[in-house]
Amino acid sequence: METNNTHTTSLRVNGNDYQLNILPWVSLLDALRENLDLTGTKKGCDHGQCGACTVLVDGKRVLSCLTLAVMKDGSEITTIEGIAKNEALHPLQKAFIEHDAFQCGYCTPGQICSGIGMLKEGKAHTREEVKELMSGNLCRCGAHKGIIDALMEVKEGGNYE
Amino acid sequence: MNNFTYAKTTDATQAIDQLNGSTQNKIVAGGTNINDLLKYFITTADKLVDINPFTDNHAITELENGGVRLGALVTNADTAYHPLIESRYPLLSRAILAGASAQIRNMATNGGNLNQRTRCYYFYDINTPCNKREPGSGCSAIGGYTRIHAILGQSENCIAVFPSDMCVALAALGATVNITGPGGYRVLAFADYHRLPGDTPHIDNNLQHGEIITGIDLPATGFKKNYSYLKLRDRASYSFALVSVATGLSLDGNIIKEACIALGGVAHKPWRVTAAEDFLKGKEAKRENFAAAADIILQGAQGYAYNDFKIPLAKKAIVRNCMMALNPETQRPGAQPSK
Ligand SMILES: Cc1cc2nc3c(=O)[nH]c(=O)nc-3n(C[C@H](O)[C@H](O)[C@H](O)COP(=O)(O)OP(=O)(O)OC[C@H]3O[C@@H](n4cnc5c(N)ncnc54)[C@H](O)[C@@H]3O)c2cc1C
Ligand code: SF4
Ligand code: FES
Ligand code: FES
Repeated sequence: METNNTHTTSLRVNGNDYQLNILPWVSLLDALRENLDLTGTKKGCDHGQCGACTVLVDGKRVLSCLTLAVMKDGSEITTIEGIAKNEALHPLQKAFIEHDAFQCGYCTPGQICSGIGMLKEGKAHTREEVKELMSGNLCRCGAHKGIIDALMEVKEGGNYE
Repeated sequence: MNNFTYAKTTDATQAIDQLNGSTQNKIVAGGTNINDLLKYFITTADKLVDINPFTDNHAITELENGGVRLGALVTNADTAYHPLIESRYPLLSRAILAGASAQIRNMATNGGNLNQRTRCYYFYDINTPCNKREPGSGCSAIGGYTRIHAILGQSENCIAVFPSDMCVALAALGATVNITGPGGYRVLAFADYHRLPGDTPHIDNNLQHGEIITGIDLPATGFKKNYSYLKLRDRASYSFALVSVATGLSLDGNIIKEACIALGGVAHKPWRVTAAEDFLKGKEAKRENFAAAADIILQGAQGYAYNDFKIPLAKKAIVRNCMMALNPETQRPGAQPSK
């Protein structure tokens, strides 16, 4: 396809401004991984079925595999690389370590971004509701119990900004 | 995906203009369905017309007639959690929250939800014949594996089901769809929006090319006291319905004044049978009457071996859901089955 089909797209990712000249069919997931070298965000299914690619766009958790990068021109994006504050892990990251909330770790970046989105939404009050509102993140290693334990601890601690 | 161009539009006039010229110029809203279909080459596009930058159609507002308008570009999540919807149309909130996942609901729009395509396995497999994907090629589901397929309203050309949860509630509520296009503005009753497959299974609904849904209007009656949405599926969450039921009841003591019952997962469109609702009018709200109504709704149902189970399942689901509507707290996640 001719290069005049590229679109100048400004993204603020983890506090850094980027300008990309990008073709319309490039997913936000591929733009993050291939163009910006931010490979923390994982490609599981590439079809909206696993949650591994979850990032926060303007504060909301979404699936980067089903998002076209050109459509997010001007947006603020947080990926797993932007969750820790310098060397200090986010409370949810610490809780994941404490509760053994992963095995291979492939789903973890998506789980953590989704978990932070879920906590900010404030719609889950019980363990049952946390499970329901985290059902978009699958873990093939079956670490769900630890994941929900970690989320419950941080939710009850109330410290997840 | 095939190579396509991309245009942002800020109002319907611009979008209509951008859609003009090729039926391969297509709207993208949340992208959760069309981007998936493009990736599999189930659909192709010359141009994607992005309607998210529209200045209008991003709000949920009260109407003078007592109803509520849902902007086409409001996300499914923002709709489900909106105070007006939670308080006056809890049936709609429930149905939306039963669908997809939190991330997808944060992306998916109300306009897009109505236009999502079937999840028929053969429609998704571009190496098999499918009349919906490739008109005239045949239907691989008939004689194939049919666990998720239709039991009502199907034709010999297609037995796919329409997979939306939100639309089952919109059908029960009797919403209307606001459409603007090259020919001007028109309004369709919800029941007239989606189609049965007939001889044209490649056409899911009555939206014409170039037309845009701007909003969906809910009537004043929201059944906020007696409502229930029940979704039965292979996983407890993040899975499409095998059978779903939306019920709204208006009661006078224990006597039914009005009953609205729509089924999902059973047909090419949300399924609503006026005769069953008329039957319930003036009758006592009890199991036996709901069971008789369920029999009317399922009249003429036909299974295809692997989905035969849907016929008794749908009947039981209707009865259970109507009983839960008498006591809406019973439908909390993790709630015990009704006795
Ligand atoms: C893994 C997965 C699981 C899911 N599970 C469920 C489920 O359990 N229940 C359920 O109900 N849904 C489910 N969905 C489907 C989801 O709800 C739909 O994909 C979504 O509602 C589509 O909305 P969108 O805005 O993303 O549409 P898009 O993908 O942007 O568009 C879909 C179609 O609508 C057209 N369109 C969009 N907006 C308009 C408009 N305003 N006017 C005219 N045409 C328009 C587009 O041209 C396109 O043809 C699931 C999806 C995925 C990926
Ligand atoms: S049921 Fe419909 S969508 Fe599925 S293979 Fe047959 S024609 Fe295609
Ligand atoms: S990679 Fe996006 S949901 Fe699986
Ligand atoms: S830790 Fe391996 S997939 Fe979740």
